[in-house]
Amino acid sequence: MILSNTETVPGRTIREFYGVVTGSTVRAKHIGRDIMASLKNIVGGELKGYTELLQEARQEAVERMVAQAQSVGANAIVNVRFATSSITQGAAELFAYGTAVKVE
Amino acid sequence: MTDWIVVAVQIGLPAALLLLAYVVGTAVESRHYRSLRARELRTRGFPVVTFREAPPEWRITGSELVTGSVVISLDYFKRFLAGLRLLVGGRIRSYETLLDRARREAILRLKEDAFARGCHAVINLRMEAMRLNRTLGAEGGTAGVEILAYGTALKLEKRGAV
Repeated sequence: MILSNTETVPGRTIREFYGVVTGSTVRAKHIGRDIMASLKNIVGGELKGYTELLQEARQEAVERMVAQAQSVGANAIVNVRFATSSITQGAAELFAYGTAVKVE
Repeated sequence: MTDWIVVAVQIGLPAALLLLAYVVGTAVESRHYRSLRARELRTRGFPVVTFREAPPEWRITGSELVTGSVVISLDYFKRFLAGLRLLVGGRIRSYETLLDRARREAILRLKEDAFARGCHAVINLRMEAMRLNRTLGAEGGTAGVEILAYGTALKLEKRGAV
């Protein structure tokens, strides 16, 4: 599965469109990580635990989007976009969407 | 006597925290800037652009989506300063440097990701920011900001002379 955030797959020609595919996941932080982050908050800098947490979550959203694209017979997803929203305190939805296509 | 201790703790503890945050936070920030500058110099020749399409002379043999992200937070001292700034309005420098560091770090990670996958350039760079809320305590302290950079990495037949 080729992913791209441009309108086409660079260097390839699109043969068929299958419409929008989406993938999402809602994640909560766990409290231990939040306590560590609170301590780290005093001196500032990167909160590695959160960086990894969000990367994993986003990866899962992408995998769900890819699974949906595979189920309709696509071999690429173009114009992939990411969105996030804070559903409630301490939880966030990570969302990936794009257009499933078939390229040569 | 006990009153005196209570006052000393109430004033002394935040003051000590502020001092600690100032000393360590400044060191963390300047170390991060040194690392950013060194890595930016090293990856200077790797083209990352916001064009939606690759220049037509590039011979593209493959492409994939690459991302770079970082969650970063401000130290207690700078948050305190930013809080004071809110009273009079104007430019909050401490947040500007925070976002500057975060964006540059995210772009560097994207470049490093693309390079590690054997790609030669990244087109259509886009950036997003998300503010994280804390699960504990609603005293308004932020748990940091996430910056995500993403784009389409290209493999080129021959390094495009742009």
